[in-house]
Amino acid sequence: MTASGRTTPWLLSAPALALFAALLLTPLAMTFLLSFNSFSFYGGIENTFGPENYIEVLSDLYFYEIFGRTFLIAFITTAICAVLGLPEAYILFRMKPAWRSFMLLVVLGPLLISVVVRTLGWAILLGNKGVINEFLRDIGLITSPIRMMYTSTGIVVALVHVMIPFMILAVWAALQRQDPATERAAESLGAAPLTVFMRIVLPQAMPGVLSGSLIVFSLSASAFATPAVLGGRRIKVVSTTVYDEFLNTLNWPLGAAIAMLLLVSVLTIMIAWNKLVERRYSGVFE
Amino acid sequence: MMDQPAFNHGQTMAFLELQALNKRYNAVVAVEDFNLSIQRGEFVSLLGPSGCGKTTTLQMIAGFTQPTSGSIMLNGRDLGAIPARKRGLGIVFQTYALFPHMTVEQNVGFGLEMRNVPSHERRRRVSDALDLVHLSHLGDRFPRHMSGGQRQRVALARALVIEPELLLLDEPLSNLDAKLREEMQLELRRIQQEAGVTTLLVTHDQSEAMALSDRVAVMQSGRLIQEDSPFDVYEKPATSFISTFLGKTNSLPALLERAGKRTQIVIDDVRLAGPQTVLANGPVELSLRPERIELTDIDKATLSGDVIERVFLGDHWLFRVETPIGKLLVMQRNLGRRGAEIGERLHLFWEPEAMRLLPRGDVS
Ligand SMILES: Nc1ncnc2c1ncn2[C@@H]1O[C@H](COP(=O)(O)OP(=O)(O)OP(=O)(O)O)[C@@H](O)[C@H]1O
Ligand SMILES: [Mg+2]
Repeated sequence: MTASGRTTPWLLSAPALALFAALLLTPLAMTFLLSFNSFSFYGGIENTFGPENYIEVLSDLYFYEIFGRTFLIAFITTAICAVLGLPEAYILFRMKPAWRSFMLLVVLGPLLISVVVRTLGWAILLGNKGVINEFLRDIGLITSPIRMMYTSTGIVVALVHVMIPFMILAVWAALQRQDPATERAAESLGAAPLTVFMRIVLPQAMPGVLSGSLIVFSLSASAFATPAVLGGRRIKVVSTTVYDEFLNTLNWPLGAAIAMLLLVSVLTIMIAWNKLVERRYSGVFE
Repeated sequence: MMDQPAFNHGQTMAFLELQALNKRYNAVVAVEDFNLSIQRGEFVSLLGPSGCGKTTTLQMIAGFTQPTSGSIMLNGRDLGAIPARKRGLGIVFQTYALFPHMTVEQNVGFGLEMRNVPSHERRRRVSDALDLVHLSHLGDRFPRHMSGGQRQRVALARALVIEPELLLLDEPLSNLDAKLREEMQLELRRIQQEAGVTTLLVTHDQSEAMALSDRVAVMQSGRLIQEDSPFDVYEKPATSFISTFLGKTNSLPALLERAGKRTQIVIDDVRLAGPQTVLANGPVELSLRPERIELTDIDKATLSGDVIERVFLGDHWLFRVETPIGKLLVMQRNLGRRGAEIGERLHLFWEPEAMRLLPRGDVS
């Protein structure tokens, strides 16, 4: 290969690489460096270098609770998205073409609306004087409102709404790759509809569910708008904690350390998950 | 049909009986007034061009498509109200439709599992089925690590292991390359005979239909137009469409005349002695197979003409010859000599009986 032949691909990807470096790697590197600086209430950020912030986070149970809550919320959101999204994608997949494109639009439509707007919508529904509580009280089912705002449950509900299109898209892609004749083959061999779904469709859709889970989990774990609006001060997750450290306490180095820990833990979980999936399905799917 | 089974509630009914089957998709008529009987153990091919309704017919027998009207009787029972999963038919799909997440053994065993066959018997029958298709050594492979021919055989084993009353094959060989296809044709025939299963094959490949089946049923635009042994469909095509669809033929418009008992063929101003026929005088379609034309000397020639095209195909030559009745395709066995050059004059001879007369243009 000639020298120019070797450099051409690099030249062609240079603009994208430059953008990538400028907008992602640089801030990331700076955040990383920032997380080793120290902060004092009177002196502000000092340009020292040491692991104090990490030690502070890792030795304080308060932060463990926040991380634990974040991952629990992300995990439950992912599980609900998988359980709801898989049948939903399958039903969509089996619809008549005209209906299908319409319903797909309905499912993906929410993606066109800002997360903040959608979350505020949930706040209107879930509040103590919100639509749901007012309704339940009016029909006499409850006397005092059920608390749904500022709870993990509320956050999960809203996150599922935000995230489920991603799951459906991922499962949809997997369903589309599968040969529709496999279902008929199973049927001709005597399988009842539920058996066909459980034994033939589900296993073939599994790679889609798993990659969808990866997307939903990482987006949920780092989601900001939804927990910020629906969790408020009371139910803190990692991203809102970072936000508070930066903008309220002004302890940027500590915020940076928490952000780095979030990044590393999400990455670790994702890579482990991916490895698991690859090992499980290596013989079966390309 | 002479050899009908004597049972079946005293009726004389074939093993599989399709009666007045119709399928309409809104305005599209996919299958129209389709009648076909198949005897037990028979291998029948449904042959026709793309879009003529072969798959639709097969899917109706399989139970995946509801007929608009008509009935399907298998071994005396009406399949109409029985769902696909309870019909107990073996089906091989065009794409094979193997379950990609199961090994070969799991694929083949699936039907037995659905029938709650105990696991030791299941293992035995799966291994018998894999023996039958010569794949016993690949039992724990996944389908995607197999070649097209191997997948095809797995699909066949999976369909046969449930000991179906009827085996349905939808273009099972069309995804294979030419050489493998020929091998698999022989293989398929052997397996079908060993298993002794009544088989209906759908194909648009006439050589496949002829090589494999006891009987060929030719379809055209949703209708059955001829059913006969491979030899008879080839030699005595009912319409000019069939004569051109099966094999190569020279199809020429001609005029039939009679002089006393003898017939004459008139094309332009050429008169030839004609074959025996029941057709009335007047316009007919003449079909003359290229392999029935022989090369001869000038004094014995029926007609002569110049070679305008030639193709060498290994075991034979194919010439296009410009004759007074039009361009004729002539086939000659390769006897180890050089074939005629372009521009060379050839003297052609054929028996009058080699010409087949068909009604003109009603169907085509
Ligand atoms: N679901 C459907 N809706 C509407 N028309 C259909 C449908 N399925 C088949 N057809 C039409 O019915 C006719 C017969 O189709 P069929 O698939 O049986 O053809 P085929 O003989 O199997 O052709 P091929 O050799 O291409 O597989 C075609 O004209 C096709 O367009
Ligand atoms: Mg077809």
